[in-house]
Amino acid sequence: MVEIRFHGRGGQGTVVASKILADAIAKEGKWVQAYPEFGVERRGSPVVAFIRIDDKPIYDKSRIYTPDHVVVVDPTLVEAVDVTVGLKPGGTIIINSDRQSGDFAFNGKFNVRTIDATKIAVAHRLGNMATPIVNTAIAGAVIKILGLTKPEFLAAAIREGIGIKPEDNVLAAQDAYDMA
Amino acid sequence: MKKVMMGNHALSYGAMLARAQVVSAYPITPQTQVVELLSEMCADGTLEAQFIKVESEHSAMASCIGASVAGARAFTATSSQGLALMHEMLHWAGGGRHPIVMGEVNRAMAPGWSIWTDQNDSLSQRDTGWMQFYCSSNQEVVDTVIQAFKVAETLMIPAMVILDAFALSHTYEVVDVPEQALVDKYLPPFKPAIRLNPADPRAFGGLTGSEHYMELRYKLEKDMEKAPALIEETGREYEKLFGRRLGLIDAYRCDDADFVFVTSGTAGYTARVAVDELRASGVKAGNLRIKVFRPFPYRQVREVLGRVKKAAVLDRNCSYGAGGIFYQEVKSAVYSSPGMPPIFGYIAGLGGRDIMTDSFKEIAAHAASRDRADEEIVWIGVKK
Repeated sequence: MVEIRFHGRGGQGTVVASKILADAIAKEGKWVQAYPEFGVERRGSPVVAFIRIDDKPIYDKSRIYTPDHVVVVDPTLVEAVDVTVGLKPGGTIIINSDRQSGDFAFNGKFNVRTIDATKIAVAHRLGNMATPIVNTAIAGAVIKILGLTKPEFLAAAIREGIGIKPEDNVLAAQDAYDMA
Repeated sequence: MKKVMMGNHALSYGAMLARAQVVSAYPITPQTQVVELLSEMCADGTLEAQFIKVESEHSAMASCIGASVAGARAFTATSSQGLALMHEMLHWAGGGRHPIVMGEVNRAMAPGWSIWTDQNDSLSQRDTGWMQFYCSSNQEVVDTVIQAFKVAETLMIPAMVILDAFALSHTYEVVDVPEQALVDKYLPPFKPAIRLNPADPRAFGGLTGSEHYMELRYKLEKDMEKAPALIEETGREYEKLFGRRLGLIDAYRCDDADFVFVTSGTAGYTARVAVDELRASGVKAGNLRIKVFRPFPYRQVREVLGRVKKAAVLDRNCSYGAGGIFYQEVKSAVYSSPGMPPIFGYIAGLGGRDIMTDSFKEIAAHAASRDRADEEIVWIGVKK
């Protein structure tokens, strides 16, 4: 069983990112469970989403408290919230950032990886620098770094699940996969 | 076809595959996506149904009753305060024998204002003459909607298909979507013997004096008593077509168990994980998940509990002054039968507080430390 927590801000598509990943991983025949924070989300405020992955049916319906990995969709959240809460020792933290992994204080305790998803998204005309739509690029990096599934499954999930600019999103995910 | 979907959409898919002909509903958190997807399906022709927009849940149920009287397969969905507002119409649907199927997302009753899960909303409606199916996964939601229509229309008794707020309603899971052709084979079109038809006029819901009323209620109870066998039979039939058994209970590792949890809803699946962990530490635990609350599967519960040394009922609800509601039912199921174990009652998870494998381990430890269940209500995870 692998458990992942996503940190983003309301409106950035964090929940969609976890849903697209769940779709892609399910295409591989694995069992997945993805859920948003149980509550009311507001645009711009910190939000979390979760995903559980296993080779067999998942019966645990309780929430995730000790994730194996954390994904930070919005780099400003690293200062705003403690993204390491409950993270298992040695867990991976994937951060959307133009900085190097060594720039983050918790590097050493955890395995930090950065991907400039914002730059990739904007290069594919997905939003702009102020409000980039980074969820598909992030998803591309996540499946590579954590070895979750193949990029073709992610591409298929994006084509099915993203109504706006699906092909640009597929390319962004592939670029992030290649760079991660 | 496997598809990753949220519990709310599993309800929508169930209604679509059952070929509901009238959908009338009012949106309420955490049920809203059920109605959103069904309205889209009605708009784009995926579902050939009349979608009736209404100003309240009371009217939603009234529209479904009208549709059902006219011979249409009717579906609605609601939650919590919305269900409470429907209360009068629930009696009309149950007492009038209108086999409507309703998705019910378990949400705690206000005040305090809550959108999170517990079972007090649906259990408050237990005496309205509706069947109640409690689901533990999104797969079970889609399958149960289809089965519920079959059972409801056979007995002319409405049915609620119930799922936990967020833990299922907003949680995405892998669902094997039943094939439409097979669903059509399983669930034939709704053809009531009597319906509202100007060519053959009849009166419905009229004044009923004391010379007739009691017989109507007697027949409702007698038909409700037929439901357990029919739910098992249609559940086996479902398994033949779709490979998944549906029934009244789900007894997990109970055969050689000393100690059994009695559970429902999503907690009923988390309990399985706790059972596996307890087994690994040497405790011979099992989990009896109750899938149908009305009619209550008294005989099936008795059969499982008669083989164990202790049982612990977990309630995500409270009947104030009497404790957990499933606990009361389980105790009455075994009452007067010889050789029944002590049964302990626990309340947890109200207003969406999480129920974890550790919650079950705490319950197991508590029950293990006592020979008799002399404390009426034990609260798990409450701040004192």
